[in-house]
Order: sequence, then C-alpha cells, then structure tokens
Amino acid sequence: MLMDTRAGPQGRNQLVELRQAGIRRSGRWLVRGVDLSIGRGEILTLIGPNGAGKSTTAKLVTGVLRADEGTVQRAEDLRIGYVPQKLSIDWTMPLTVRRLMRLTGRLADDDLTDALSATGIAHLVEAEVRHLSGGEFQRALLARAIARKPDLLVLDEPVQGVDFAGETALYDLIRDIRKTTGCGILLISHDLHMVMAGTDTVICLNGHVCCRGTPEAVSRSEDYQRLFGGNARGLAVYSHRHDHTHLDDGRVLHGDGSITDHCHPGDGHHDHDHHQEHDHHGHDHHGHDHATPAGEGNRHA
Amino acid sequence: MLDDFFVRAMVAGIGVALTTGPLGCFVVWRRMAYFGDTMAHSALLGVAISLLFDLNLLLSVFAVAVAVSLLLLFLQRRQALSADALLGILSHSTLAIGLVLVAFMSWVRIDLMAFLFGDILAVTREDIALIWGGGLVVLAAVVWLWRPLVASTVSEDIAEAEGLKPERARLLFMLLMALVIAISMKIVGILLITALLIIPAATARRFSASPERMAVFASLIGALAVVGGLFGSLHYDTPSGPSIVVAALLLFILSLLPGSRGNRAEAAANRGVRP
Repeated sequence: MLMDTRAGPQGRNQLVELRQAGIRRSGRWLVRGVDLSIGRGEILTLIGPNGAGKSTTAKLVTGVLRADEGTVQRAEDLRIGYVPQKLSIDWTMPLTVRRLMRLTGRLADDDLTDALSATGIAHLVEAEVRHLSGGEFQRALLARAIARKPDLLVLDEPVQGVDFAGETALYDLIRDIRKTTGCGILLISHDLHMVMAGTDTVICLNGHVCCRGTPEAVSRSEDYQRLFGGNARGLAVYSHRHDHTHLDDGRVLHGDGSITDHCHPGDGHHDHDHHQEHDHHGHDHHGHDHATPAGEGNRHA
Repeated sequence: MLDDFFVRAMVAGIGVALTTGPLGCFVVWRRMAYFGDTMAHSALLGVAISLLFDLNLLLSVFAVAVAVSLLLLFLQRRQALSADALLGILSHSTLAIGLVLVAFMSWVRIDLMAFLFGDILAVTREDIALIWGGGLVVLAAVVWLWRPLVASTVSEDIAEAEGLKPERARLLFMLLMALVIAISMKIVGILLITALLIIPAATARRFSASPERMAVFASLIGALAVVGGLFGSLHYDTPSGPSIVVAALLLFILSLLPGSRGNRAEAAANRGVRP
C-alpha cells in the first residue's frame, strides 16, 4: 500500500483517490493495483508505453469506467473538465467552436472568449469544428475543458498534433491554470520527453504502477544532468529498463524467470542500476525501455 | 374544418413531421439509420401481438419496439456479432414473424398494406389528438434531454465525465423513438417511417450552422414534404405515404443543386475557416 508521505493539504483537499483500482476486460487486466490521489493545486502526470493503461486510468478517475477491483473515491460535486484522447465527430453534425464550448454547460461570452484566447484560437470561434486542423481542434478541446472552471482537469494527451512551439505554450498555460484557479490536474503524456516541470508527481504505468516520484528530484539527480545537460530545462525524465513482464492473470514474470503475485522492489527480482544506458531521443514506445521519474521518490506498488 | 379527410391528413402529417425532425437529426448524427429501421420493422410484430391478444395497438407497438431495442443493446454487449449483422437479423425477422402471425390469424381481416405503407387519408380526429399529444410529449422530452444528447453524440466520455449521464439520455431516446414509431405508423407506414426521420434531417444539414437549427429545419422541411406529398398524391392519384417520401426526396435533391443557399453558405464557411 502506497502512502503519499509529502507534507501538504492532500488529506483535506483531496479531489480523487484510487486505491488498488483495476479494470478487467474479456479476462485481461488492462490496468491493476493503481493507487493514486490528486489534490487541489496538484499536477499528476501519467507516463508509460502504449497499452500501459494510461487512458484507462484517466477514465477511472473521471468515472467513465467503473473499477472492477479496488475503490475510486471522488470529492462530492467534483467538477471535472475532460479532454479525451480520441474524439470523432460525425461531419453531419454542424458544430462551430462556439457551440462546442457550450457542449456540457452554460458559459458566459466573456469566459468563452477568454478560454479561446488563452489557447490561441480566439479567431476561430465561428469556425466549423470539422474544418479545424488536429492542433487547432486540441486547442479547442482544451479551451472547452478549462472554460468550465473545473475542480479537476483531466487531460489525455492534450497537445497531440500541436506544433512544438505551441506545445510548450500549452504546457505553460496548463501550469498557469493550476496557479490561478488552484484546480487539480491529471495529465497524460505518451511523449516521454515532455514531462512538465510543473508536475508534482509522475507515475509510470505499465499495466500497474511501476514507479512514482517528483520531477524535481529527477532534475537534481546526476543521471538527469548527464542525460540532458544544459538543455534539460522543463524536461524531467529518466529511464530505466523493464525487467519484468505482467502476465494476463496479473502475476509477474521477472527477468530472472521467476513468477510472483506482485512486483516489489528489493525482492531480488529487479534490476535498477542501468539508467544511463538509454538514448532518450530515440526511444521506442513499443519497447521495454521507458522513462520514469528518478530519485528517492522511486517506489513500487 | 377537420370534417374534410384531406385536411385531417394534412394536420396529422404535419404533426408527425414536426416530431420526426429533431429525432431524425440524432438518427443521422449517431449513424442509427439501420437501428431506426429495425425498430420500425418490429412494429408489425407489435401489430400482430395486439391482434392476437386483443391489446391496445399503440401500446403493443411501443412495447415491442422497446423490447427489440433492449434486446439489441444486450446482444451488442455480448459482442458475438457485429451490430450491423445483429440489426439485419432483428430487422427482418421481426417483420417476418409479424407477417407470419398475421397470416395465421384467419379470424381477423386486416389491411396489411395500410400498416406497411400508411393510410393517412383514413386518419380520424382521435388519431390527430394522439399524434399531436404524443408529438408534444416527444418534443418536450427532446428539449429537456437536448444538452446530454448532443454532448454524448459528440463524445460519450466527455458527457459521462462531466456529469450529463449519457446512458440515461440514450435509453430515454430509445423510448422516444419507439413512441414516434407507434404514433406515426399510420401516416407513412412501417416501411417508410425511417425515410421521414432521415431525409428531412439530411436535407436540413445543408442549411444549418448549429445542431439546434438543423433540428428546427428538419421539422419544417418534413412538414413541407408532407404538404407537397399529399397535394401530389391528390393530383396524380398516387398512394399518399410513398408520395410524401418522394416529396421529401425531391426537396433533398433540390438542396444539393449548386447555387442553393446551403451550398453557398458552406462555401463561405470554408473560406472563412481556412483562409
């Protein structure tokens, strides 16, 4: 059982808490044993390879999916703003950006314009959604989610399709929103380079919680400095090798061939001192290498 | 005024068209055309059951349509067959069972053609009361459910996460579809109800900049098709139900012609968005 040991108002201002939560579909655990909590003003980033269960975990947090195991607790009357990973709108529905902004609730004109200006697409307010480019559409979705003034923002790869300069600007915006509104933010990134500097906690998923920690610890760590040097500002990742595989029944096959019910650090099955061996600029999401926060925050569920 | 059968037909037809407009938009947006067809075809099974057990016609049609849509949801969850194949099986088998049951009941004489293709010229004052009463209930419910329905059409996940209960909206929408099928069966007939749902909505798409406007235009275009179709059927002595559908189709084709308002508006929108 994982406890958040950092000092802070998490207990009082907790927005959502998952305890040993899991989702099972057609006999396979998509994700299992997830412990996480998000408080007001806190940014939690989920990273991990494709199929690691990041979006599934986000759907557990938002209540789109119900946990088959474990518990999910949400604060009462929790107001969520959600940017899903995938969204396809049938072109037969006429939908302008202005109408999209009011999709799930009323919104004053000023708030609508402010949110679109913040994401840089105020000029597209009357545009039809189906004519937007991928990046413009993501900005519109983000604007819609923040205009609701939510308690909890859940952003599933919010900058996909956005150009590089825009990416940095949107990450800055997300950080500003946390500062000005004090909402909690769950951010999912498949891009292992881009773990926001503003992130309080990073959780690395791969069907279960592999490890977690603060990016500050990562930035200060020797491994991190060696890997990124002077260009490391705003980036906070490090890498380790996956030395175990998760079987369909939830058990763990370790690199040394043994099988256990769970994976624990220090049980002799793991191997963790090979950080510097990996090339962060040519990472492969399908492979076994992936980035995680480093440092003393590295713990296993 | 309602003494004239033609006026009664007109009032009833317009009532149905106003109701099917907004529902038809959702059928188009959610790609449920075949689903609507399946529910409509199951209406004949409802007719047969009502005759067999001497039940209220409307109630049995409504109940069977609801049962078929629930059965479909259940089978889809099992994921044994594609939704497409399941719809094909349910659509035609309910229609066939209805036809077979009706043929078995040699003691009742029913005008099968009236059920299949509608008999709008035989509409009574009670029918009109039912169509307008039921239609107002449906429209009021659509207005009430509007935001959750539109939101979950765009994204079920967003609607669920942001507390709009899309599942409830979807279930109620099915009940509304069943109700519309039950009350409009007599006007255009079981085989043509989906046409009155889809064609006016598809026509309205060309002229609409928002979902709300598309719903209103679909109602008005449907009403126009009813008026045109009935006058056509009077003038050329053609069956009224199919004539209404042909009129709706003509309006749709007209909306596609270059230079029509819709196309110009769209071209302007395209220019505005991507300069």
